[in-house]
Amino acid sequence: MKDAQMRTPMRRVRGLGAAHSGTHHFWHQRVTSVAGIPLCIAAIIVAIGLLGRNHAAVVQILGSPLVAIIMLLFVIDIVYHMWIGMQEIIVDYVHEDKFKLATLLANTFFCFALGFACAFAILKMSFGV
Amino acid sequence: MTDLPAGSTTGPQRSRPLSPHLQVYRLMLTYVMSGFHRISGAALYFGMLLVAWWLVAAASGPNAYGYFEWFIGSLIGRLVLLGYTWALLHHMLGGVRHLIWDLGYGFEPAEREFLALATIVGSISLTVIVWVIGYLAMGGPR
Repeated sequence: MKDAQMRTPMRRVRGLGAAHSGTHHFWHQRVTSVAGIPLCIAAIIVAIGLLGRNHAAVVQILGSPLVAIIMLLFVIDIVYHMWIGMQEIIVDYVHEDKFKLATLLANTFFCFALGFACAFAILKMSFGV
Repeated sequence: MTDLPAGSTTGPQRSRPLSPHLQVYRLMLTYVMSGFHRISGAALYFGMLLVAWWLVAAASGPNAYGYFEWFIGSLIGRLVLLGYTWALLHHMLGGVRHLIWDLGYGFEPAEREFLALATIVGSISLTVIVWVIGYLAMGGPR
């Protein structure tokens, strides 16, 4: 049974044992989920507080330091959490190599683009440029 | 299928036992909630586009923000936002359930059932509460 070991080919060549990174995503998903609880609640409170306000007031509130910091933390946490989550869904259901590669790349690009767009928007409102 | 001794790695392609899929199991609240967790997560993944639109529109100016307000105030926009609210709260409670399990609690049959029920009842109740607060904040439905 030549496949009955947990070592990656590189580790086997080097004789170093397991790669020691198997639980990396599992743990990071837990860290971002714990952080996500207060951050999501805070983001919901911010969103409710902005309901029905005009554009100038919305920009002023979203750009104020405390709200901007909370929204930035929220966006970064969520984007990382969704990147890991969607990757998990893709490797569960997509088995064809090329399509798997394409969807994994698309996932990374989508999460990076969304994260940067949100962060840029918050910073722009904060710094008022 | 040709009979081969157990553990044999030679011979023609040996058909392996497959694990049964969803349709052979009795419908259980726990596994439905497990599915909901993944589905709500995937929905929130694309729902983040709405958050990005909101923030980028606000940063862009009154015109862009006006378009966003028009969409989110429309019937479809409100339904999307209602779905987003429920998905977010459901995924959050489902996540708490998973964290409880990660700490090693809540595996007994009655506890599992309670946690599954608490997730769905809690997420629906919280969604209603958040929307009532939202409408109160705006000074009533409009």
